[in-house]
Amino acid sequence: MKLKDINSKVDPKFFKEHQRGIYQSLEDKHTTVEDIDSEDPLNSKMILNMGPQHPATHGVLRLILQLRGELIEKTKIDIGYLHRGVEKIAENKTYQEFMPYTDRMDYLSPYSNNVALCLAVEKLADVEVPERAQYIRMICCELARISSHLLWLGTMVMDAGAISFFIWTFREREKIYDIFDEVAGHRFTVSHSRIGGVANDFTDDAVARIKEFVEKFPQELKDWHGLLDRNRIFIDRNKDVGIVETERALDLGATGPVLRAAGFGVDQRIVKPYLKYDEIDFEVPTRMEGDNLARYFVRMEEMAESIKIINQCFDKMPKGPIRANNAKQAYPSKDEVYYSMEGMIHDFMMTDTGICPPAGKEVYHAVESPKGELGYFIQSDGTGHPWRLKVNAPSFRNLQVLENILDGEMVADTVVIIGGLDPVLGEADK
Amino acid sequence: MSLELNKTEQAVVDGLSSDYSEDLIEVYQSCEHTYIRVEANNIVDILTYLKKKHHFIFLCDIVGTDRYTSDERFELIYNIMNLRTQDRIFVKIRLEEENPVVKTATSVWKAAGWLEREAYDMFGIRFEGHPDHRRIFMPEDFEYFPLRKEFPLLGIPGSIELPNTTPDTE
Repeated sequence: MKLKDINSKVDPKFFKEHQRGIYQSLEDKHTTVEDIDSEDPLNSKMILNMGPQHPATHGVLRLILQLRGELIEKTKIDIGYLHRGVEKIAENKTYQEFMPYTDRMDYLSPYSNNVALCLAVEKLADVEVPERAQYIRMICCELARISSHLLWLGTMVMDAGAISFFIWTFREREKIYDIFDEVAGHRFTVSHSRIGGVANDFTDDAVARIKEFVEKFPQELKDWHGLLDRNRIFIDRNKDVGIVETERALDLGATGPVLRAAGFGVDQRIVKPYLKYDEIDFEVPTRMEGDNLARYFVRMEEMAESIKIINQCFDKMPKGPIRANNAKQAYPSKDEVYYSMEGMIHDFMMTDTGICPPAGKEVYHAVESPKGELGYFIQSDGTGHPWRLKVNAPSFRNLQVLENILDGEMVADTVVIIGGLDPVLGEADK
Repeated sequence: MSLELNKTEQAVVDGLSSDYSEDLIEVYQSCEHTYIRVEANNIVDILTYLKKKHHFIFLCDIVGTDRYTSDERFELIYNIMNLRTQDRIFVKIRLEEENPVVKTATSVWKAAGWLEREAYDMFGIRFEGHPDHRRIFMPEDFEYFPLRKEFPLLGIPGSIELPNTTPDTE
């Protein structure tokens, strides 16, 4: 049973070819399934355009759903509404100049993106990063993970019908913003990491704030568990919704919590420990069910693990420099810039040409961002600009999963499933 | 330069050089990862072989690059992962500027679908047999391939039809 010739019924105003293409592709999906009765006496078929300006799609995601009554027969996803061409921009910027753009990719956890870029460039150019800087990065990455998961929790529970939850999670997010304000000088797009280290050390105030947050947050988490874990409405809404089986998740290239909720515990922090994750004791939460509820439990447990990691980082963090002391590899400190001629020249050179990795080298470095495996692939041609920089965005891959798991679900569950997969369109659209 | 291969990588290189010796072009390492360059026309067989025999069941990424050379201009890099030993390997192929066509890997991993659409959108590399061969970021009406080196950073004026910002006027 399928709609015949959708294109004759719609009259697009802009990007005519594009619109025609997407409707045609919707029509062609699952064409192997033979329609039993091609008539539709009750007129229950319709094509529903959801987004790009829909509050529940978490950004500018556009879904084209073919419905039969309330059942989704097939789906096509149209992305690219936030495409800014960051990969092209990267080819015309120095490595350090490109960092503020990474903030705006996964804008819910900017710090992870900064660190991902830095680690890739450092691996490419063979830069040694001081230990203290690595611990600072780890602490901030885990804070970013909590912040991102808090937004997911708030909006996902709101999609499932509980509005007040959103306000509680945002109260906690606000504290993390204040911490980042103190640490980096910016609340949202931090750009605190530098190639070869970080911009500045923690102040005493920042350390006190993080410690206070880490101390109080587990109680909040416990309260939320108490509210949701046995909540009948929440469970009915999420259980057995949007199931991704393990095999299917691997085949479709799911990543991060989506893959871990489907029963495969791949975590880049364990697979190939970067920073100092090999010295930290933590677990990777995994579930077998693969439904939305499993993804909820995985992310909640990840937040608790993040708190554990931050605590251990504070115990192990040594004193020392926070940036590589090599003028060819990292920015000099502000003291050197203001009070010595060489420092001034080095600062100028770093800004002008930046770090120049050896020509012909290629690097791939993946970190575990809150959304999943975030990888940077860089090819160097020996200048200060990358020849090619490719972002392997976890949201992009999880959206591909979404296109495949929505078929056969109810239309009311779409927002919950999108909320459970937690895509960020800034990252998926590059 | 001698190669430092771990067990999985060694098994892959040995396997490829015995089973696909005509297709294997070079093996090299860069920043802890192993890159294997093979002939483009047999890529699907090789990827299937790696998946079946060497357990590379997870496709992480497909990277397209523009080398901007007169022959073999485009490069596709398949970033695949062995989930048993958690090792990564990069399989490379090169394509000519004239008519860059390669067989699709969607039959091996479904994940290739969007990744190949992205490579098509950005570089104009076509994938033979792809189930949904459309652009992914740019609208279908767009004629250029933006990540090719000759495409200007500021874009081409008039290449995208933009909505009327003053709705009252036609």
